Amino acid sequence: MTDTKPRAVRRLGDIVFANLAFFAGVSILATLATVAAFLFAQSVPAFTGPPIDAASEGFFSYVLPFVFGTVYASVIGLAIATPLAIGIALYISHFANRRFAQVLGYAVDLLAAIPSVVYGLWGILVLAPFLSPTFNWLNENLGWIPIFAGQVSATGRTMLTVGIVLAIMVLPIMAALIREIFLQTPRLHEEAALALGATRWEMIKMAVLPFGRPGIISAAMLGLGRALGETMAVAMVLSPAAVVSFAVLTSTNSNTIAANIALQFPEAGGNYTNLLIATGLVLFAITMVVNMVARWVISRRAEFSGAN
Amino acid sequence: MTTQLNSSFRGTQDLPKWLSPTLLVSFFLASFGLQVLLASDSDSVEINFIPVAIFGLLGFTVALYVISRVIEGVRKATDRLVTIMVSTAFSLALIPLLSLAYTVVTKGVARFDAEFFTFSMRNVVGEGGGALHAIIGTIEITGIATLISVPIGIMAAIYLVEYGRGTVARLVTFFVDVMTGVPSIVAGLFAYALFVIFFGPGVRMGLGGAIALSLLMIPVVIRATEEMLKIVPNELREAAYALGVPKWLTVLKVVLPTSLAGIATGIMIAIARVIGETAPLLLIAGFTASMNYNLFDERMMTLPVFVYTSYANQGVDMQAYLDRAWAGALTLMLIVMVLNLVARLISKYFSPKG
Amino acid sequence: MNNILKLGALAAVSTLVLAGCAANEDVAETPTSAAETPTEAVVELAGTLNGSGASSMAAGQEAWIAAFQIANPGVTVNYDPTGSGTGRAQFMEGATSFTGSDSYWKDEELLEAFPSCEPGTMPWEFPIWISPIAIIFNLDGVSSLNMDGATVAGIFAGEITMWNDSAIAASNPGVALPELEITAVHRSDESGTSKNFTDYLAKVAENVWTVGAIEAWPVEYGGEGAQGTSGVVSAVTGGNGTIGYADASRAGDLGTVAVKVGTDYVSYSAEAAAAVVDASPLVEGRESYDLATKIDRNTTASGAYPIVLVSYLMGCNDYVDDAQAELVRAWASFLVSEEGQNAAAASAGNAPISAGLRAKAQAIIDAIK
Repeated sequence: MTDTKPRAVRRLGDIVFANLAFFAGVSILATLATVAAFLFAQSVPAFTGPPIDAASEGFFSYVLPFVFGTVYASVIGLAIATPLAIGIALYISHFANRRFAQVLGYAVDLLAAIPSVVYGLWGILVLAPFLSPTFNWLNENLGWIPIFAGQVSATGRTMLTVGIVLAIMVLPIMAALIREIFLQTPRLHEEAALALGATRWEMIKMAVLPFGRPGIISAAMLGLGRALGETMAVAMVLSPAAVVSFAVLTSTNSNTIAANIALQFPEAGGNYTNLLIATGLVLFAITMVVNMVARWVISRRAEFSGAN
Repeated sequence: MTTQLNSSFRGTQDLPKWLSPTLLVSFFLASFGLQVLLASDSDSVEINFIPVAIFGLLGFTVALYVISRVIEGVRKATDRLVTIMVSTAFSLALIPLLSLAYTVVTKGVARFDAEFFTFSMRNVVGEGGGALHAIIGTIEITGIATLISVPIGIMAAIYLVEYGRGTVARLVTFFVDVMTGVPSIVAGLFAYALFVIFFGPGVRMGLGGAIALSLLMIPVVIRATEEMLKIVPNELREAAYALGVPKWLTVLKVVLPTSLAGIATGIMIAIARVIGETAPLLLIAGFTASMNYNLFDERMMTLPVFVYTSYANQGVDMQAYLDRAWAGALTLMLIVMVLNLVARLISKYFSPKG
Repeated sequence: MNNILKLGALAAVSTLVLAGCAANEDVAETPTSAAETPTEAVVELAGTLNGSGASSMAAGQEAWIAAFQIANPGVTVNYDPTGSGTGRAQFMEGATSFTGSDSYWKDEELLEAFPSCEPGTMPWEFPIWISPIAIIFNLDGVSSLNMDGATVAGIFAGEITMWNDSAIAASNPGVALPELEITAVHRSDESGTSKNFTDYLAKVAENVWTVGAIEAWPVEYGGEGAQGTSGVVSAVTGGNGTIGYADASRAGDLGTVAVKVGTDYVSYSAEAAAAVVDASPLVEGRESYDLATKIDRNTTASGAYPIVLVSYLMGCNDYVDDAQAELVRAWASFLVSEEGQNAAAASAGNAPISAGLRAKAQAIIDAIK
């Protein structure tokens, strides 16, 4: 009689399946490594070749306004989208009646169906003119707040408009994911809370939100990724200038990296193309840093997983 | 203990049902009236509806909360407050949706005719022509992208949830997040560079577009599937193991079907995410006015590229180009609506009941 | 099970419907009238011709491709509106047989190798697309304004900020100018339109517009940025008191500016634009098959409109692939021909090239091997 644990039986199916899953996981790493290698390889000529007019003062002073613009636009977008997404998901899963909820869920998913080009067109043709009077009002009455200061744009194509457009683009993804998670909250937990006399909000606070928190953060990460990388809508809607600007109502806004690549790439020749790809590499780095910070924040709380 | 009970149950009556709607209406009217007063003071005649709505809503919220707190108690008051906030969030999200849908439908209907769906743009100048070449291209390219992304995405998610322990899994999770941030134009440039290595410069291929799109789809599929798999209770897995079911069969037959609804939603989100991407497709799939069914040869037109180029490169007859652009956008929206419906039908008929 | 079958049937039917050939491609393309066929299409041409480049001529290329494909049903021409820089880059990689570009070959580019061409040979270029750039504005009740170069430069440099400024009022007696701020809209993407417009500003008002001909707008001058000609037109249309510059064919209902040339104020027109190209000298130090032109923005020739965008067609003198050479000869001949230029003008609004330029270009085309 030995004291060792009995070995689990390893069937062929298990081995094949486990390896397939492992290779799928590793292929993600391989793909990303390839993308990173591509970005590096294409960026190098920007630093070793002849100087480029656009980056006459060095690479970092060229890319800094774009880094700021990318982060700023995404922060505004997420700040608007996250509470809205949680609210929508809650409404569909817990507040609306069953059949109405299905239709509503379908309606919100519809927002995801709209291509980014159309968001760009809608932003220019509908949203910007609509928001323009509000921007004037904000500037006149609340202009003492630094972000509302400055010379208001006459067409409404400002950083705030872009933030709102990004929020609307990101909203359906987040809302759909969070809704699915809220719908999966164990009924027993919910019923138990209600049986103890909790109001609907207290039940949500006790049973639904803690259950869904990792999912909410995952959804937010997805949304953030989308916002950081959004190209066409930002390129079409924003009125950019190569400055770092906190003001959200003016015509001179910091552009995002992705939009800048889209704007300049067609006409870029020679080394300028490499410079633009180098900024793409910087975006890659930003995404990594932001995700590292977010993961660190999450890891401080134990993650809930049914498969533990 | 008694003191606590007293303070939270201080109010024992419920608010009458008519109070809430009445308050809502009266605050909006008051806010509107205030705006009119302010506007008549200054020169401008414009009534700005956004401040009206905001102040009306704020006033209503504060009033209802105070009244409810006094009569019903803190807990009920908080409950009402949250109900207002959640309903507001929902209505707020519906407004741009309605506006977008209205814009696309009203502008897209102009060219929503049989010619649009049966013609390509070959040899068409100015008015007329259609988007059949773009529709076929979008369906083919997105279809292949889905075929590539879904198996890889689901298997990677299964790895992360069921099998992954240790450094590799942590790395994969981290980099999936990073992958969601890849801008679409970089994905296009990458796919183009990849194909140039194999096919020489200037290559244009529908398959390249599919590869660029799957680069954008995979992280979304993985994230969504991962979350859905995590939610499946461990008891289900344990029960299967207890019955002697091997792990791989458990995953295939127990875990996956349980989370099927969520996974179908995740896939649908991923498809919706990429079907409207312009920048990568312009770079690698190219621009053409003619039909092309072959993914492996020459340029293939897609709907988002069609919409964008129709808007950006208008000719003298500007309205014809704009009409085609909006009709293309409407078609794209309809395609995703149909896919959405299919995803819901799948989850309704295939997920286990109870 | 029933539902799956129904779904499957629906899917199959829709696939069949969609996979049907496009109605306009089933019919064999025959020339609709003798007058539309290029007179040189005696030999049956066949093959694929790929080009890419400036998006400014995209609408024109559509018209050219359509007419050429109808006359030569065996040929497929593809033109990717990827942008001038990318177009030239792709030609230099050997990916395309011809390219359209808003700017002529730079000296450093001509030193590179051109894989499509026989080693040691150079590419040709000549103007193929002349498009007037209109200065458009949106001001209630005003449809036309006169301005001289210094005023325009002042507006776009951010120095003249109100519509009722004395400089504008001086050249427009009798026009009621409101006390409204000017919002100057420029291109946020690098473009040949910007370059040509700022070249004009730099030449006629060098003390006001000090940065020269640029493609990327300097930050100090402020103003709104919009993407593409469509973006500028949308931005100008959407605001009040906005002014911008865009391809004249897209001016639509917006007000336009007549610029001072010599002593008169000239509005844009096709003839005025073509006149300026003819009156301008060629770039020095180029071969005879390189018709790069330095547009004379300071021209005082009467009736000339100096704010023009001139785009070039570029190709090889001696192609590695002789079949491509034949296709390019036929294609380029059609593009410079009178009917080709008129066909493009009708649907894309460019100014047809003059007969003199046509003769010179045809001589280059005839020498293509």
